[in-house]
Amino acid sequence: MDATTSPSPDTRIARFSRAERWVHRSITVLMIVLIATAAALYFPDISVLVGNRPIVSNIHVIAGFLLPIPLILALASRAFRQDAGLLNRFTAQDWTWLRSRDRRSGRIPVGKFNAGQKLNAAFSMGSIIIMLATGSIMFFNAWFPDDIRTGATFVHDWLTLAIVVVVVGHTYKALMDADARTGMRTGHVSARWAAREHSQWAEEQRLGG
Amino acid sequence: MEPTLPSNRDDALAAPPSTATTSLADPPKAGAGPDSASPSGSPVGRRIVLGMIGLGAVGVLVGRQAQEAITSTVSATVPGLGSIVPAAGGFRIYTVTGGYPAMDRADYRLDVTGNVTTPLSLTMADLADLPQTSMTKDFQCVTGWRVDDVLWSGVLLSDVLAAAGASTTSSALRFFSFDGAYTESLTMEQALRDDVLVATSMFGEPVTREHGGPVRLYVAPMYGYKSLKWMSGIEVVDEVVPGYWEVRGYDIDAWVGASNGRDDEPIA
Repeated sequence: MDATTSPSPDTRIARFSRAERWVHRSITVLMIVLIATAAALYFPDISVLVGNRPIVSNIHVIAGFLLPIPLILALASRAFRQDAGLLNRFTAQDWTWLRSRDRRSGRIPVGKFNAGQKLNAAFSMGSIIIMLATGSIMFFNAWFPDDIRTGATFVHDWLTLAIVVVVVGHTYKALMDADARTGMRTGHVSARWAAREHSQWAEEQRLGG
Repeated sequence: MEPTLPSNRDDALAAPPSTATTSLADPPKAGAGPDSASPSGSPVGRRIVLGMIGLGAVGVLVGRQAQEAITSTVSATVPGLGSIVPAAGGFRIYTVTGGYPAMDRADYRLDVTGNVTTPLSLTMADLADLPQTSMTKDFQCVTGWRVDDVLWSGVLLSDVLAAAGASTTSSALRFFSFDGAYTESLTMEQALRDDVLVATSMFGEPVTREHGGPVRLYVAPMYGYKSLKWMSGIEVVDEVVPGYWEVRGYDIDAWVGASNGRDDEPIA
């Protein structure tokens, strides 16, 4: 590598725009509220401890209807749209990365997002749409026949289980990686981290200036 | 780092012509590398989202049958799992007040008042001295969930009314909860049925606090909201006074499968 173009390990690289970090923070707060109120509504033991069911259920419904709003507002941001485009597209490399055992070794070059992050984004998007739809059926229940209401409850309940598993996984991964958290908090990551975790992206950043 | 660079370049060169065309038509923006400027790869994310929406829609359509299948499988194989796994046949606990009222069994009284010859204030021991009745019947909630084969025990409401010398020419009853808010109603004809119980036990155990203990009503043929929890008073009156849920739009005569716009299977 040429010494003049090789980035110093301490160079900061811009990773997430202000809009993107704001979206992530809003979704985080709303998801915590949704999961906590869901637990208080669903588990008898917690229901008994918390009580105030009408209030808890109202908070859950309001947080649910607010959930898509940050995403819709963020569509005005070019950085958000570009990253959404990157998350949408799976390359041949992504499939190789998913299949390989040593996907964390850096052998397979990774772009701005790895395939796991892409899967998480797609699952989150699909989940938000389904939870919003089934939640709306449960909320405006007078407009729907019995079977549909029961079916919506069924999907809402079971998808909750899957979402909690994925959210726990996402949080665990974040807890294991302080640099990744810094990236989402400040918008910048170290060049060293970028080269290790997202080598292809780091290279693009270096070439693109 | 170094070994990855050549392969990186190879990938770029080996990219399909369509990608190259797109790159030319849509020049890379400043600050973005060649790969991030033009979408490369297939839109798998969108396919996953659309696939999930499709699965979700199917789930909504067949959810009722799926839920029933899961409920019967789970309750047959792993009793107790129902309270953890969604839609596996557990009770959902509702309360109309801020909390879950607690009552010491020693302090408990069930007052029977109104058009009666002998007003009563029954202790748990008094209730235990009355003729005991048990029945195994489902509990159906108006919101859709149902718990199969619950063992209920206690005193038939008709036996309590007989003990108080209730006027059977009176046409209705009011029920009060010691939570201070929950009330219910039945006609005298409904109250004298042999599947309406002043329940002191569920599943062979004393009725728990969250299930409405120490004493709750169980009106088998009607939706769950008629089965008043934390029962502390029965009043024999001349006409039906709509209860807590009924003033909030639910049917007064809440027959399972024939009220509230629902078609659930009646409780046999």
